[in-house]
Amino acid sequence: MMDTQTDTLAVRDLSVSFDTRAGALQALRKVSIKVPAGEIVGVVGESGCGKSTLIGALLSLLSENARVVGGEVLLDGEDVLRATPRRLQAMRGREMSVVFQDPMTSLNPVLSVGRQMRDIQYRERISDAEKSRRAAAMLGRVGLPDPEAKLHAYPHELSGGMRQRVAIAMAALMEPKLLIADEPTTALDATLEVQIIELLKEIQREIGCAILFISHHLGVIAELCDRMVVMYAGEAVEEGPVEEVFQRPAHPYTAKLIECDPGRLHERVEALPAIPGSLPDLTDPPAGCIFRDRCHMATEICAREAPPRVAVTPGRWSACHHAKAVSA
Amino acid sequence: MSGFRHTLIGRLARDPLAVMAIVIIAALVVMAVFADLIAPYDYTAMHMTDRFAPPSAEFWLGTDNLGRDTFSRLLQGGRIALTVGLTAVVISGLIGLVLGMIAGFGPRWLDNALLFFFDTLRAYPTIILALALAALMPRGLTTVIVVVVITSFAEYGRVVRTQTLSLKHSEFILAERAMGASFGRIVFHHILPNVLGPFFILAAMNLPVVITIEAGMSFLGVGVPPGTPSWGSTLKDGFDHIRQTPWLILSGGLPLILVTLGFTFLGEALRDQLDPRLRSGR
Amino acid sequence: MIQYTLQRVALALGIVFVAISALYGVMIALPGDPTSVLLGPRATPEMRALFREQMGLDDPLVVQILNFWGRVLSGDLGTDFFRNRSVATAVMNALPHTVALVFGAIFWSATLGILLGAFSADRRNSLLDRVTGVISVAFIAAPSFVVALYSLLLFAVTLRWFPSIGAGEPGDLLSRIQHLVLPSLAIGLAWVGYVARIVRASMLEAMGESYIRTARAFGLPRRRVVYNYALRVAILPAVQVLGVGIGGMLSSAVFAEIVFSRPGIGTLIYTSVSDRNYPVVMGAMLVAIGFFVTCALIADLINAALDPRHRKTQ
Repeated sequence: MMDTQTDTLAVRDLSVSFDTRAGALQALRKVSIKVPAGEIVGVVGESGCGKSTLIGALLSLLSENARVVGGEVLLDGEDVLRATPRRLQAMRGREMSVVFQDPMTSLNPVLSVGRQMRDIQYRERISDAEKSRRAAAMLGRVGLPDPEAKLHAYPHELSGGMRQRVAIAMAALMEPKLLIADEPTTALDATLEVQIIELLKEIQREIGCAILFISHHLGVIAELCDRMVVMYAGEAVEEGPVEEVFQRPAHPYTAKLIECDPGRLHERVEALPAIPGSLPDLTDPPAGCIFRDRCHMATEICAREAPPRVAVTPGRWSACHHAKAVSA
Repeated sequence: MSGFRHTLIGRLARDPLAVMAIVIIAALVVMAVFADLIAPYDYTAMHMTDRFAPPSAEFWLGTDNLGRDTFSRLLQGGRIALTVGLTAVVISGLIGLVLGMIAGFGPRWLDNALLFFFDTLRAYPTIILALALAALMPRGLTTVIVVVVITSFAEYGRVVRTQTLSLKHSEFILAERAMGASFGRIVFHHILPNVLGPFFILAAMNLPVVITIEAGMSFLGVGVPPGTPSWGSTLKDGFDHIRQTPWLILSGGLPLILVTLGFTFLGEALRDQLDPRLRSGR
Repeated sequence: MIQYTLQRVALALGIVFVAISALYGVMIALPGDPTSVLLGPRATPEMRALFREQMGLDDPLVVQILNFWGRVLSGDLGTDFFRNRSVATAVMNALPHTVALVFGAIFWSATLGILLGAFSADRRNSLLDRVTGVISVAFIAAPSFVVALYSLLLFAVTLRWFPSIGAGEPGDLLSRIQHLVLPSLAIGLAWVGYVARIVRASMLEAMGESYIRTARAFGLPRRRVVYNYALRVAILPAVQVLGVGIGGMLSSAVFAEIVFSRPGIGTLIYTSVSDRNYPVVMGAMLVAIGFFVTCALIADLINAALDPRHRKTQ
């Protein structure tokens, strides 16, 4: 229990299912992720691995057909999933906030930037002028020139990079304990991507928040994060410090991701490198290891038993029967 | 094609609103077609001792100012409504179909010209145009149909044009063209079947509008000739004698509401089935 | 925005010009002597001669139409030969009544429609939502002149809650409003249904948008997000529909005015058609179409103004 005191976010054995016509789709199965205070943790995985479901569960903003089957999400030791709606509302935006993928659609098109930034301060007992002043100050901190004028701008009047800076300013405005970044650079070009990464680092230093950074871009994870979690088909398959994971991956999936194109680590890619095979049917996940069908190292035990978490080095584990062999 | 129809009807049968709509429409059609057999009285027969009678076992929906049986007259009115409605919808639908496909396929200037033409026609408030034209033409069903066609084909034209335009640039049409398919083949094998879905939805929604216009024109005295038992004429008689009997207005309005309800539900059910993207979520 | 406005205005002017010219052309070109077709059998030979001269009936059709527009632009809509007044006077006396009626109907449909639509979107699939859904369709399905007759029968003749005849005492606002309630509701009822459905659908669409999720993720209360953010976006299509709907409302106004014996453009056209007083019909048509096209144009421009995305793309 000691570690929950120092972890800003602790996700334990979180399982989420969607009710679909074909049955319950098990989008997340016993996922555990820790984000220690003041650290930046990356989550990497291809589309369909459950990244968006994870964010929905963290914010308790899942779609209507989703059910949390089990597990807990602790924000500074407080269970988000069991919080009252009132408490939840108080946590959102103030204790945890989020930067979404596409600022074109995540910012309200018919309201000015200033109005949106004032609105999220609705709980503060200060005048509108003061709210505007704070908003402008934060816009200045994220590097937008002429922040007062930007308050009157509508999202479509800003460039893509500026819009994402606005979104980051909104997320940082209330100085949250946890900032969730959902592929914030996917919609941007490479130069802007670097700038946004630098900005996130800076914000993290200034307000001392923890960041959960979700991406399918290995290069960005390598550059920004302290620790990383690799997700595959609704499960966390490996976790550890970034350099160690990149140098000596302990799960065949991670190894495939890195070895597929080590040279392009620092290049921009639209999607993770292709691995032969496809994702399993999550309405009826196979017994044993979830990655078995696409794994070159699969043996008979992989079909029989779900792999346990194997500690590789301190603070590092892999959900693979052959973890030691992979990392060797 | 028969497989498609089978599944469509099958799917409609599982939608309670669609079933209700079809029952209402079927009942109205049966009553209109067999009006002479069902009607308890000749619709012109006057029972001068029973003027303004309330509904009774003898006169189911009462009688009018001349002692004529309202139920028998409404049955006859159903005939008029369906005749005018179907004729007008078929004519305006065909005109709209042709003009819409021309606009969709034609050169840009022709498309713009036709769009402007459609917009202009839609600028006429229907009943006001009906009044203006009816005064210039002889009173009768033909005039009613002409007026209705003028005011409604533009809507068909617009829908067909939009649909054609979106198909024209779709990949499968481009592929067909690249393979040298004839213009006729593209139109009849690809465009037409895909245009028909929205087209029938519109027709189902438009039919009650047309019937209401006919009733409205007859109410205003510029529709059917005097003495013809259109639903609108019954309402007009009721309005003229509102202080003698409420029954003429009450029973005269009912079939109009039922027709609109029936076809609106049918149109929505069709839309839900044929075009799931437009599903209203109800 | 300016370019967009100019484009829309030019299109609207073009539509009015062509629509009226076509009607005028048909009227003149009809077989038979125009003076007898347009003035009817009651007209005296002197009236016919005056009419022929005023309209320049011996000129070619195009010249006649252009002359007609020349007169219209100088404010002359023709002469009401039977009552010996200018058509412009007759129309301008009638117009305010019809405008009040139509805006009364818009008031009903906007307030009731937006409320019903927003509530049912907020409580999707609740009993309230289902009931609203059925009521909306029932409203849409009830033809306006049947609604006018039914409400006349129920509220004015049977219950006597509201007056049944006329537009109220001039200068007495309360009486005017009392006389407006039933006819405007009769016209607006169908639109209550339309607006409710459109607002519901577009609110549900808006609530699926990413920026609504953002607002919720920042802890804005659900209520505030629904009624402040989603509704704001959802009202736009309703404005557009009401703007276009004014054409339909003008048609309904004819019935409402006749059923409730109110003065107005509808009554004016109706009596003029019955009297074969065609110059008045023509003038009233021009004003009715002009009013409709103007309202649709304004709705379009309001939409563009409320939706900042429009300003840039157009």
